[in-house]
This record gives sequence, structure tokens and C-alpha cells, in this order.
Amino acid sequence: MDLILVNLIDGLVTGLLLFMLSAGLTLIFSMMGVLNFAHASFYMLGAYFAYSISLALGFWMGLLVAPLIVGLAGAAVERYGLRRVHQYGHVPELIFTFGLALLIEELVQFVWGKNQMAYSVPDVLNFTAFAISGNSIPAYKIFMIFISVGIFIGLLYVLTKTRVGMIIQAALSYPRTVEALGHNVPLIFMGVFGVGTALAGVAGVIAGPVLGTFPGMAFVLGSIVFVTIVIGGLGSLWGALFASLLIGWMTTFAKAYNIEMSNILNGLGIATPENLDESLFRDFWSLTSPQIADILPYILMVLILIFRPAGLFGKRSS
Amino acid sequence: MSNFDPNTDMPRGARPEEQITTDPSKPSERMQFRLMLFNLAPWIIASLVLLLLPAVFTNNSTITIMNQMMITIVFALAYNMLLGQGGMLSFGHAVYAGVGGFACMHIMNTSDFFSSIPLVILPFFGGLFGMGLAMIVGSFSTRSAGTVFAMISLGVGELIAASSVIIVAFFGGEGGVSGNRTDALPFFGNEFLQQINVYYLIAVWTIISAALMFLWSRTPVGRMANAVRDNPERAEFLGYSARWVRFYSFVASGFFAGVSGGLFAINYEILTEENLNTASSGVILLVTFLGGVGFFFGPIIGAVVFTLVQTVLSLQTELWAFYAGSLFLATVMFFPGGLAGLIMMHVPAFKLGKSKLLIIPYVKTLVPAAIGILAVCALVEMTFHYRHAATGDHEMTLFWTTFDSHTVLPWLVAAAIAAVGLGIARATAPSLKEAWNEANTRGAAS
Repeated sequence: MDLILVNLIDGLVTGLLLFMLSAGLTLIFSMMGVLNFAHASFYMLGAYFAYSISLALGFWMGLLVAPLIVGLAGAAVERYGLRRVHQYGHVPELIFTFGLALLIEELVQFVWGKNQMAYSVPDVLNFTAFAISGNSIPAYKIFMIFISVGIFIGLLYVLTKTRVGMIIQAALSYPRTVEALGHNVPLIFMGVFGVGTALAGVAGVIAGPVLGTFPGMAFVLGSIVFVTIVIGGLGSLWGALFASLLIGWMTTFAKAYNIEMSNILNGLGIATPENLDESLFRDFWSLTSPQIADILPYILMVLILIFRPAGLFGKRSS
Repeated sequence: MSNFDPNTDMPRGARPEEQITTDPSKPSERMQFRLMLFNLAPWIIASLVLLLLPAVFTNNSTITIMNQMMITIVFALAYNMLLGQGGMLSFGHAVYAGVGGFACMHIMNTSDFFSSIPLVILPFFGGLFGMGLAMIVGSFSTRSAGTVFAMISLGVGELIAASSVIIVAFFGGEGGVSGNRTDALPFFGNEFLQQINVYYLIAVWTIISAALMFLWSRTPVGRMANAVRDNPERAEFLGYSARWVRFYSFVASGFFAGVSGGLFAINYEILTEENLNTASSGVILLVTFLGGVGFFFGPIIGAVVFTLVQTVLSLQTELWAFYAGSLFLATVMFFPGGLAGLIMMHVPAFKLGKSKLLIIPYVKTLVPAAIGILAVCALVEMTFHYRHAATGDHEMTLFWTTFDSHTVLPWLVAAAIAAVGLGIARATAPSLKEAWNEANTRGAAS
């Protein structure tokens, strides 16, 4: 029971981190109709910028400034890159963001090198918050939870309760009408892109110390973020939240509990073959849940795309 | 026989007017014969070049590069069947090549069966396995194009790449699967011991596959793939099922991807997880798009250029991936037609006989631009050396000059060359544009 609680907290941290990335991505998607492959690269940039700033000014300035720089970089990418490619259609846009992801990874290696950075948890938060029957929960995890929940509430408030949010929502569905009413729609798009990437930057700043700041960090998380918003339904903020938490808990529990395939199959009444080492299915029999934890989201995504292409909370199919 | 220029796969239905050759009288037939020769010419030239290349470049490392190039050509052409001709963006196409290759490795390791077949037909089995997998995946992924297809391809690609570490029996885990190609039945006494023998095997397969893929693009189903790409709804109203057309393209593409995997297995005699992970899928997308998706021969150019960049440039600089990425991004942003599109842009000027007008403006603009870009690259290299070289190592060699990267002078020189080169290019660009317009205008005085 205690272990379940610990895993719940761990899964919540992973899920909320995923949500900070997928929230921006899903906003950008509903705006431009294009999946931003480079989204996780902005997350990586956030971590690296925050590391460089924290060397000079400390962790908190990094948390404050790095997302701003990332957001500006994202806005610049939209203004000078995506807007140009937009005229050629969706597939070149997707390819553009894909190339951008490659380039940012090379750029990061160019500037900071290939090794992991010594970006660590600030001393203020480097203590054990509480312990659940011997399993200590670091304060930094609690801090991460609070930051992500705060951002979610703030985002929801801005999008649904303020005038700016109304205009953004209107621009998402009827850009031409909003333009006719005198609003600068390209500027709104640029702003949303900037805010989305800045959110990814925040995620990078707070995840960098825990998950490590290295050139492959975008690649590790990159495709999982897509999977999240596809499962949740493209363009749906609630779907992104649900899918993030689902994936967070699913992978955490699959890693924590060593469920073996042979036990399941035996439980179903299928006997283990006599000479397992020579059987063609030997790998299938020796499968364990930690092994497949990382590919569970992909399995889920493929199944969702087959049976409900709009995603769990999505309204449109593509 | 076909009346189409084999090099152009014009997607917008724009055919040059001189190709209307339906007149059944004799002169027309003569013309058709000449057209046929004209159509076959690129293939014959390409075959001759492929046959003669080893005579020119005899050392083993060049032949290795050329083998790699031809394998990439087959794979890129297969990929373009999806991306260019069918409008389907796949992020996991390396899986089909990889699975075809792994299947070939396992066939190589079944000594009884393998010793009863000649090596030359092995890629065919690779193709069959690639096709089989494509049939399974395609049965659900081709229901829609666009983002859903791209996401399913990404998901399936990640799944299979991840399971390559889990399913050790087939994928060999971390170490991969290796075999020995010389165990096969000798083919006319040839056991393919040497690299040059393998070269010819791959060359023949490359020509056959390219020809088949070209012919496929001329069949009704290949033509319908274009229609479905451009407007699936209209294609459905014509009575074709968009889904089945996509499915056929997907399966055919899987077959040729599998063939390229089989060729890879023969050439390297080892396959690992690297052959099917997302990075290789990304590389093939890069290669194809760089070459140009709008024309049949685009991916061939892309494969040649990319392999050269990869092998030659990577010997010169650690930053080759950075340059390749920049080149790719510049292509997407400024020349969405790729290198092939860039070449085909000049066809109208040639037809008007005005291409000579372009030479001098090109020299005026592109030579300074190239020098300026090289100087920018020098600055990048110097920055990299300054930051990442071992402490105390101040010497670096760039463009055959050795200097101290910690002094100011080289930086000033490089910056000045970059500024001047790009400045001249910028200043002469308007006159190039003028010359371009002039060269593409029919009948104006020259």
C-alpha cells in the first residue's frame, strides 16, 4: 500500500512534467494544425539556458529568465521559419520542425559539448520532504508538482476567463473573422507559439536537474510528447492532462512491479514449453513489465489511432 | 512504351506541349522511336556509369562508399514512393528496410537453405519480408494520410525499434545479427569474396529496382497515388478507393525498402538495432527531401550528395551533422523542391535557348556567396576549436592553413571574407534575378 502511494507520487511527477510539454504542443497544434517536432528541443534549450544562467545568477534566476529566452527563440522560429514554410503545406511544415529538432541538438552539442552538465537541484530544495514507510520523497518533487499544477491552473484561467484567452480561442476556430474584427492574428499565432515553447522551457528548467541535462534529453522525451497529445486528442488541453497522467502512472507502475509474462500466461492456463531456451518464443515468455514500460505508450497510441483516431478527448480526427 | 520524359514526374499535370504525339502517320512513329531512345537514354547512361565507375575508382574505400550510396539510392527511391508520389510522410520507414535486412541475415545463417540459393537472389527475400511487414502495418495505417499516418508510422517505428532489444531471438539484441555471404551457392563460380563483386551485385539490383519503381510510377495505380495525394476526395469520386491506393503504394514501398535492407545485409554482413531506429528513419527522410520529392530522380541525387557529405565531410570535420542539418533546413525553407527542383527550374531557360544569359550572373553571385559561406563555416570551426579543443592546444588547420585559434588575426580575416563575400552576393542578387526573368521570358530580344 505504501509502495503504491510512492509510485503514485512518482507517476504524478512524470505525468505533470509531460503535461507541461504537451500543453504547449497541443495549443500550437490546434492553432497551426502542425505538430511541432522541435518542441522537446525547446525543452532541452530551457534546461541548458537555465544551467548556464544558474552558474552566474543562481537557480531561481534561471527559472525566471531561461523560459523567457526560450519563448523568444520559439517566437522567432515561428516568425522567420514556420510562417515561411506554411505556404508550402503541412508536410513541409512537419519536415521543417523535424529538421529544426536535429539542428538544435547539433547546436547544443556545438555550444555545450556532448557531456552531461552538472546542473543540480538547488540547496534550498535539496532535502527530504517526508517519508512513506522508509521511502523518502525529496522536496524537489513536491516543488515540481506545485509548479506544474500552478501553470496548469494559470493557463486554464488565461484561456477561459480573460479577454486575451477569448481572442486566442476565437482565433483558433475562426481566424478570418477575428482578423476582420481588427485583431492581428499572425501576432496571436506568434504569441501562442512563443508561450507554448516557453512552457516547454519551464519544463526543461525544472526537469534538467532530475532527469539530467545532456544533448539526448530532447530525443528521450520527444516522441513521448507526441504520443501524449495523440492519445489525449489533438488540440485538447484536458486530453493532454489526462494522457500525461495516464502515461506517467502507467510507465511508473510497469517499472515498479515486475510482472512476468510467463506468470500471466501460466495464469491463463498456458503451460510453459519444456525446452524454453530453444523455443522461438523464448523472448516472449521471458518478457517482464519493466522491459516494456517504455514502449507501452506507443502500443497505446497505435491502438488509439486504430480504434479512435480522434484521441480520447479529441473532436476532430486529423 | 511511354511518351513521358523519364526524368520529370511533374505533379501539377503540366506537360510541355511538344509531347503530344498521337499522330499515327509514319513521321510520328519515327518520332516515337526517337522519343523511346530519348527515354531510355538516362537509364543506359546510368547503367554504363555504374558499370564503369569501379574502373575509375579502384581503391576499396571508394567502392565501399559507392556501395553505401547505391543502397541509400534504393531506400530513398522506395521512401519517395510514399512521400513524393503518395504524399504519405513516414517517420518509421527504416523498420521495413531493417526487417528485410534481418530476415536476410537469418537466411544467411540457415546453412542448408542458403547454400542452395545463389546470393544474388537474397535481396528478393528481404523485399518479401519488408513487404509482409508493410502489409500488416499498412492494413491499419493507410486508412488516412497526413498527421494520423505520420503518427502511426512513428509509433510502429518506435515499437519495433524498441522491441529489437527485447526480442533477442530475431534482432540479436545489442550485438545484432551477423553472417557470412560466401556460404551461398556460387553464382557462375563467383563467391562474392571481394568488395568489387558485391559492387556489381548491388549495382544490378539498384538499376533493376530503380527501373521497376519508375515503371510502377507509370502504372495506373502509381498515377492514382498522385491523384490521391493531391485530392483524395476527387479520387474517391472517380471510383478509386483512396485507402487501397495508399495501401498498394505502401506495400510496394515496403518491398523495395526490404530490398535495400537485403543489399545492406550482403554488403556489411551485420545488422544491428541502428538499422531500424528512428535516427535512420530520419536520415532517409532528410536524404529524400534534400534530393527533391517532386521528381523521380530527386532521391537519387539526394542519396549521392548525402552519402558524399556523410563520408567525405565527416573525415574533415566533427561538425558535419551540423552542416547537414543546416543544409536540410535551408532546403525546406527556400527550395522545397530540393536539389532536383533546383535543377529542373532551369529547363524552361534551356528550352528557350537562353541559358547562356544566366552563366555570368551566376558566377557573379554564387562564387562570392560560396566563399562567404565557407568563411562562415571557418568561423564556426574556429569557435568550436576555441571552446572544445584540449587545453593548451591552440593550433588548428583550416583550408590548408595552420594558425593559432586564440589570436585575433584569423578571426578578423575570416569575418572580413565572410562579410565581403556575402556582401557582394547580396549586391549582385538583383541583377541575377533580372537575368533569371529575362532568360525565362519567351521571345524577348536578347
